[in-house]
Amino acid sequence: MSSYMRLRGLVRKEFFQIVRDPSSIAIAFLMPMFLLLLFGYGVSLDSEHVPLAIVIEQPGADTSDFASAFHQSRYFNPAIYPDTHSAEQAMLAGDVNAVVVLRRDFAKRLRDQEGAPIQLIVNGVDANTARIVSGYVQGAWGKWLERYAQQRGQKFEAPVQMEQRVWFNSELRSRNFLVPGLVAMIMTLIGALLTAMVMAREWERGTMEALMVTPLSMREVIVGKLFPYFVLGMGGLALSVSMALFLFDVPLRGSLWVLVATSALFLVTALGMGLFISTIARSQFVAGQLALVATFLPAFLLSGFIFDIGSMPQVVQWITHIVAARYYVAILQTVFLAGDVWSVILPNAFGLLVLATIFLGVTWKKSRKRLE
Amino acid sequence: MLARILTLVIKEFLALMKDKRSRIVLVGPPLIQMIIFGYAATFDLKNVPYALYNEDRGAVSRELAAAFDGSPAFTRVVQVTSNKEIAPLVDSKRVLMVVHFAADFSAAMQAGRSGALQVIVDGRNSNTAMLVVNDVRDIVERFNREWILQHGGSQPPAQIVTRAWFNPNLESRWFFLPGIVGIITLLVTMLVTAMSVAREREQGTFDQLLVTPLRPVEILLGKTLPGFIIGVGEASVIILAAVFWFKVPLLGSLFTLYTGIALFLLSGVGVGLMISSFAATQQQGLLGAFMFLVPAIILSGFATPIRNMPQLVQDITLLDPMRYFLVVLRGVFLEDMPFHLLIPQFWPMALIGIAAFSIAGWLFRHRMY
Repeated sequence: MSSYMRLRGLVRKEFFQIVRDPSSIAIAFLMPMFLLLLFGYGVSLDSEHVPLAIVIEQPGADTSDFASAFHQSRYFNPAIYPDTHSAEQAMLAGDVNAVVVLRRDFAKRLRDQEGAPIQLIVNGVDANTARIVSGYVQGAWGKWLERYAQQRGQKFEAPVQMEQRVWFNSELRSRNFLVPGLVAMIMTLIGALLTAMVMAREWERGTMEALMVTPLSMREVIVGKLFPYFVLGMGGLALSVSMALFLFDVPLRGSLWVLVATSALFLVTALGMGLFISTIARSQFVAGQLALVATFLPAFLLSGFIFDIGSMPQVVQWITHIVAARYYVAILQTVFLAGDVWSVILPNAFGLLVLATIFLGVTWKKSRKRLE
Repeated sequence: MLARILTLVIKEFLALMKDKRSRIVLVGPPLIQMIIFGYAATFDLKNVPYALYNEDRGAVSRELAAAFDGSPAFTRVVQVTSNKEIAPLVDSKRVLMVVHFAADFSAAMQAGRSGALQVIVDGRNSNTAMLVVNDVRDIVERFNREWILQHGGSQPPAQIVTRAWFNPNLESRWFFLPGIVGIITLLVTMLVTAMSVAREREQGTFDQLLVTPLRPVEILLGKTLPGFIIGVGEASVIILAAVFWFKVPLLGSLFTLYTGIALFLLSGVGVGLMISSFAATQQQGLLGAFMFLVPAIILSGFATPIRNMPQLVQDITLLDPMRYFLVVLRGVFLEDMPFHLLIPQFWPMALIGIAAFSIAGWLFRHRMY
């Protein structure tokens, strides 16, 4: 019997197993659809309509002029409070995210030499939102300043004027970077979930020994296990990418074949990691635990999906190199938003290749050893 | 009845702990992950590589460039001399930002006009890009204030004085670490519960359990307690790590904190058991665990605020126990929130827990193969 025939038999058996337990199909198709819909629409870092308290101790033309700058901005949902105490209570209760205080003498000191202080209190618990909000407040303040000076025929100019240009995502649409990241996250889950159980299941049920007395070599067993799940995973990928492009309007500036080729490579790495987990765990229970610990959270937190890897301490940066999603996130964000930049794609593809070789190599070695 | 439950609890502990690999997975990774993720999860930029493109020969641009170099957020890795060099540097991610001074920058400043500073930022990760822009704005703002003080010029008629409550330096790690405590606690409950009933079903021992004198409630309790005990233990260890290793202030009362932990574990273990008793095989149990864990974390407000989500998704997050637990954790850690203010967070977790347990108990009896 040729190697091809033997392999075909095993692949057929795996396909039957997939079809009989609908959970594999659910992993490959339902999960990406569900997760992408939920997160594509749900997750956003773009803060708009931030609830803001404006304390006006003594209403007048100047204060209402200042407040109007906030009413006009789409970033704020301002509410006017008569005194600081009630505004602070509102912030403690979580009703507003920040408080802007205009003191009783605001109008008078506006005409002083040093100018009037405007107090801004932000809730620092969510430091990121606090910073974004204080940036927005500065923006509204700047607009008001310009108008204020204009009305008086003056011209106020900051000494250094900053002009920012953001490449690849000029309107800073967070969905454009979150969706490619989510695709990486979902492919990690698909890959590892599909294969984490398969080797352990054979061991647990004692069918591994049965497989081993067949003429199949260990390499053929691994290929036979990988192939059906690879086909399934590529189906899931096609679905995720189409949703990213057509539903979420993420631009694809690189070429499709690069996207497909690097995704195939990543899928092999992720499936390899699943097989690796499955092989070292030997029981499904432990394999499941390992998959829970080793896949989602590292891919979520250590891949550069949300947190910038360069800002992490050096040791943690080294650790991120064993997270396959790290390479894939870099490739996806580049291929989607920047184009075919080979100086990014090649090193990251190489990283994936190394990881895949390690995972599959160890799986092969460990499985063979047990035969002896 | 107590004795019966106790024997089941002991058996569950043995099942979890007798396998050396399972023991290692339960004890090692949560603590290691706490440390690694604790360092990884920050929005405070450090050593962002940038390129300086200075066409100006004057002193003012040098002074401002020095301010960039002095900031811990930025590290200058290369100096470019022509426009052509910029694109390859940014494309290849060698730099995240290019700072450009035009040739007349210093001259304009010294003549009392505005100097234009151009900043190019890599927007592939738009969140990081926004953080970069914010940091640059801070530097420019500070420079402007100094400049006006030294050289005169028009003072703005009003200035903003910012004060941040609870976290004066706006350290984002303080925000994320309590969240990581929540995430890892949830992970541990899933590790213990999500496959425990499914395993017994797959191996056929669950039928045996059902014909013992144990009532479903007792089985439920026997399956719950190990997850609960391990959860409390691991949560305590990682809280110690947050306080003593990362020095996050723990201002509130431990009683309030542990009320939150207990209720969160109740809901987490409940959902885990519900998934597990719904699954026919361990693979299905694992799939179920992920289908709960991933949305529970991403929609909890851990990294992206719930307020930014569309209304429909915000309504869905009401089913997520993590959402309430994060408020409790952050409130107790950073704000010293009193018990009564957190009651609106406590009861939904209790409700989710009770509902999940009821469904799990019902499934014990009615889902047989």
